[in-house]
Amino acid sequence: MIRLEDVSLVFGDGTPDRVEALSHVSLSVEQGEFVTIIGSNGAGKSSLFNAISGLHPPTSGRVERNEVDITQWPEHRRAAFIGRVFQDPLMGTAGNMSVQDNLTIASYKGMKRLRISLTKTRKVELRDLLAQLDMGLEDRMTDNVGLLSGGQRQALTMLMMVLSSPDLVLLDEHTAALDPRNAAKVLELTRRFYDLYDLTVMMVTHNMAMAIEYGSRLLMMDRGEVILSVDGEEKRSLTVDGLVQRFHDIRGADLSNDESRLA
Amino acid sequence: MVEGIFVEGLVYGLMALGVFITFRILDFPDLTVDGSFPLGAAVMASALVGGMPIWAGLVLAVFAGALAGTVTALIHNELAVPSLLAGILTMTMLYSINIRVLGNKANVSLLKERHLITALLDLTENVMGSDVAQLILFGSIAGIAVLLLNLFFHTDLGLTLGALGGNERMVVAQGSNPKVLKIIGVGLSNSLVALSGAFTAQYQGFADAGLGVGMVVSGLAMVMIGEFLIRSNRIHWLLIRVIAGAILYKAIMFGGRYYGYMIRLTPNDLKLITGLLIIGSLIVTKTDVLGRLRRRRTR
Repeated sequence: MIRLEDVSLVFGDGTPDRVEALSHVSLSVEQGEFVTIIGSNGAGKSSLFNAISGLHPPTSGRVERNEVDITQWPEHRRAAFIGRVFQDPLMGTAGNMSVQDNLTIASYKGMKRLRISLTKTRKVELRDLLAQLDMGLEDRMTDNVGLLSGGQRQALTMLMMVLSSPDLVLLDEHTAALDPRNAAKVLELTRRFYDLYDLTVMMVTHNMAMAIEYGSRLLMMDRGEVILSVDGEEKRSLTVDGLVQRFHDIRGADLSNDESRLA
Repeated sequence: MVEGIFVEGLVYGLMALGVFITFRILDFPDLTVDGSFPLGAAVMASALVGGMPIWAGLVLAVFAGALAGTVTALIHNELAVPSLLAGILTMTMLYSINIRVLGNKANVSLLKERHLITALLDLTENVMGSDVAQLILFGSIAGIAVLLLNLFFHTDLGLTLGALGGNERMVVAQGSNPKVLKIIGVGLSNSLVALSGAFTAQYQGFADAGLGVGMVVSGLAMVMIGEFLIRSNRIHWLLIRVIAGAILYKAIMFGGRYYGYMIRLTPNDLKLITGLLIIGSLIVTKTDVLGRLRRRRTR
């Protein structure tokens, strides 16, 4: 469904500060896959998402969606089929607007129409959807989102993301800024929405155990490259120690503390 | 006299609504206002002098304002210039354009023209006083503007404009092009400002190229005064309080003009007072004096 072909992302080319955030990455994700991505800081995980979402168009290479070249599409155009959730719960919602206003804006992608779609019947529908989150948000529909907790905001962001039924969901460490209880809730929501809405998910995480537990395929990134891709039976039998060993084998013995590098 | 304060507040309230849209909703501090207000006045005056009907002059003024706002938004969008600088550029260019629109003159008198106010007074001559008639007319116009804007900000597009000021990334993630939204928002704002300018020209009986000096600052003062009067997060209250703030601002200015001589104020000091009003509002907001007073009273 989404295909990256030899994608590189270079910042500050021709200067001493040249950084190759992505280095000749080729990757293909099929409909219905749940891919988890691990790697240390600066490994290129977020850059990979930026190249897919259009925030930073690749310096070279090609991005395709269903055989259509979207390499040059601006971010807002790609957003029509991509849903992205960031680590910072403030990123996905407008704090100066009410819960119901945020949901209304998220109800369909693209240029918004000159029409009032937040009707009485719609409010009842939204209320039922909010009740699913089990966060008490159904009683705070007219409150400004800025008044909600981080966990509530991230759960709301997840709901807003699935409302417009995107093809591809990019989760960028979306539970990392939450306390353990809320993180577990949002993760549970992730799994539930994946089943309920037939999503295709790519999830970046710093937590190796989580990357192993969730998803059908695991990617490991380092220095802008995808250095390992594991799926099927092999993925199911992975352990954290095994993963560190694999990293060790690929990158050689010159790295003294691999676990800290990965985590 | 009191009617005069209300009428002026209602006329300038339209301009304040425009300032409210850019400064408060879009978070796009737009200084085009100082140029688009006299632009509206100039277009209206030239249309009347040229023999066009009143409604055509108003429509042209609205379009001219929308165009000015679009230019500012385009400079900001396409040249990646901060909104403040983009607004200053348009405002400066408009100074020359306004003089051209006025026929290479700095001001044009409408005393000999038949315009909205004279037409109104002819119509209501034997029914009511001129002050009351103007109050009813501009009260209805401000009411309709608030009503339409309230409706607009309840539409999906209007809600998205509101979100743009709070979190642009979220708007992009929902598939809307923020550049287009900024053109719509700043264009709408300046069309209101120009309409206010067009009414002002007729109310005062002349259009002047210097009419807009300090306009955005007084608009901001009106918006901030309104924010003290009514506390709410509902859009209809936010709009109504802009008009209320505009009327109160005009009352304060009126006081300065007529009773200021007691403390040796002259009309030339009014801009200073406007600036001090804003600074005072900022201090009150920052130190939360009103909140503390309110809490003390309920204790």
